[in-house]
Amino acid sequence: MKQGVFTVGDNAPLSPRLKRLRLLGDSSAIARPGQFVSLALPGFFLRRPFSVCDWDASGFSIVYEQVGKGTDYMRSLRTGDRLDVLTGLGNGFDLSRAGNAPVLIGGGSGVSPMLGLARRLLTEGRSPRVILGFGTREDVALLEDFRLLGVCPTITTLDGSFGLRGLVTDALEELQPSFFYACGPEAMLRAVAECSACDGQMSFDARMGCGFGACMGCTRMTRSGPKRVCRDGPVFDRGEIVWED
Amino acid sequence: MGRLSVSLCGIELTNPVIPASGTFGYGYEFAELFDLDRLGTFSFKGTTALPRFGNPTPRIAEAPAGMLNAVGLQNPGVDKVIAEELPKLKKVFHKPVIANVSGFSIEEYAEVCAKLDKEEQVGWLEVNISCPNVHGGGMSFGTDPRAAAEVTKAVKAVTTKPVILKLTPNVSDIVSVAKACEEAGADAISLINTVLAMRIDLKTRRPVLANTTGGLSGPAVFPLALRMVWQVSQAVRVPVIGLGGVSGAEDVIEMMLAGASAVQVGAANLVDPLACIRIIDALPAVLDRMGVKNITEIIGGAHG
Ligand SMILES: Cc1cc2nc3c(=O)[nH]c(=O)nc-3n(C[C@H](O)[C@H](O)[C@H](O)COP(=O)(O)OP(=O)(O)OC[C@H]3O[C@@H](n4cnc5c(N)ncnc54)[C@H](O)[C@@H]3O)c2cc1C
Ligand SMILES: Cc1cc2nc3c(=O)[nH]c(=O)nc-3n(C[C@H](O)[C@H](O)[C@H](O)COP(=O)(O)O)c2cc1C
Ligand code: FES
Repeated sequence: MKQGVFTVGDNAPLSPRLKRLRLLGDSSAIARPGQFVSLALPGFFLRRPFSVCDWDASGFSIVYEQVGKGTDYMRSLRTGDRLDVLTGLGNGFDLSRAGNAPVLIGGGSGVSPMLGLARRLLTEGRSPRVILGFGTREDVALLEDFRLLGVCPTITTLDGSFGLRGLVTDALEELQPSFFYACGPEAMLRAVAECSACDGQMSFDARMGCGFGACMGCTRMTRSGPKRVCRDGPVFDRGEIVWED
Repeated sequence: MGRLSVSLCGIELTNPVIPASGTFGYGYEFAELFDLDRLGTFSFKGTTALPRFGNPTPRIAEAPAGMLNAVGLQNPGVDKVIAEELPKLKKVFHKPVIANVSGFSIEEYAEVCAKLDKEEQVGWLEVNISCPNVHGGGMSFGTDPRAAAEVTKAVKAVTTKPVILKLTPNVSDIVSVAKACEEAGADAISLINTVLAMRIDLKTRRPVLANTTGGLSGPAVFPLALRMVWQVSQAVRVPVIGLGGVSGAEDVIEMMLAGASAVQVGAANLVDPLACIRIIDALPAVLDRMGVKNITEIIGGAHG
């Protein structure tokens, strides 16, 4: 974990729902895809947590959806604005378990960490396949970024207006992956876990107080006892998860 | 003795800024960012006799200038705290620490305090009779002067270390509770714990917190906490630790002028993990501006 001041590089729309925010500064605390950062927003007491989409030596990017007041404020951020950010939070995905043919599954804003994960798996010589799920054609985001990496994601939309009609699990049934990595709404994660024959890891969301393990605000019960989503997660092994009804 | 040092029940603190229970874990996370020995001490997460999962989630909500929590005293239980957390804590912090204790019966308070009292690294016991999150539990002790006195007596009977009683602000007469604790043998009083509060989500039209209510803390409660520190410090002779909404060096000074001998910092640590260090670093300049040599000179200074 590191605390630092970052400068907004740009804040551009990817779709009507999602924007990508690039923040320039010391990204050295970010070690693995699936880790997250926490932004201090002026006028808001609590920080806001976001998965790292991708990063390099000059900074990192996040992809966010406007769901409330904090993310609404973020939409107005402009190039040159400065933000206090905690970086290098959470455990991140374990790349060593990928096997030869891992599949990366993202839904909605959960597509974000899959980009950085795909890039690093490719660097390690794996050939990841990618499934991205959205509501409708205009929601589709990051497709070009994946293509630039040389992977050709399978897109699913609920209404069939782009790619396959249906859920990410409909695309998953065709594949026989060695391992899965998933991020998205909890209902999607559960469906993925239930329909996968292979082992996998998933990134979870929780209301957070601190984001770094001090307040016990984000606890989730797992098969190995209570865990802090912010510190012991946000990535958990499929076998550890206790699904809540 | 430096200009920031204060004394708390006979133990010297290098400065009056103490991270508050529940907002600092057992210190490890913060040890990644700074040398914990720069703190005078800190109060670790509330400990109960048995392990507790705490309340269902969401446990956290935001407020204007603050936050609500309904963690519900999640902790591994006193035996595990002693066997696992304290040995780890000892590696990152080399001074006496404040053991924060909660309970659902007088016997539980006494049992947990008796066990922690034997631990070398524990300097003080801080008895939380104020957590508003647990149904039928902590709340009732801190809202009734007689029950507060009974807990105090029971704990004093089984411990040798200084006992701090931590009070809830959710009462109409804080002074009577503080006095009852003092008469029953409390060595110090800390206040305030969180203020009972709630939020409703407009989208779902339901309470944000799974527990419905939670405790408000952060800058929003500072003036309320300050008023209570002012009232209590006038009414008791034992030292008072002021907390509630402290987030800067000037807040520390205000609390001490109101009568606090030391100050705790809670929610501020969660949003700025370096909050306590920044406050400690900023104190000398504030004292200089005020023409104050040693910080102890200002304790209770506003009472005239
Ligand atoms: C580990 C992690 C990674 C995340 N990654 C992303 C991402 O890559 N892209 C993205 O769009 N969103 C992500 N989220 C969700 C994001 O944090 C929330 O959407 C955001 O905090 C909402 O803030 P707000 O002020 O707009 O909402 P408000 O509802 O106004 O916020 C009120 C409070 O609730 C919290 N809150 C509200 N919704 C959520 C939520 N879904 N999850 C957690 N806290 C919430 C806020 O942080 C704030 O404390 C992530 C959450 C976590 C825990
Ligand atoms: C997440 C959280 C957990 C807390 N847990 C405890 C606890 O276990 N025991 C306790 O005595 N107080 C607990 N408190 C209360 C704080 O120690 C403090 O009294 C209160 O938050 C007011 O101070 P602040 O405004 O600086 O946060 C907790 C507060 C928060 C925010
Ligand atoms: S958000 Fe504080 S422990 Fe996870």
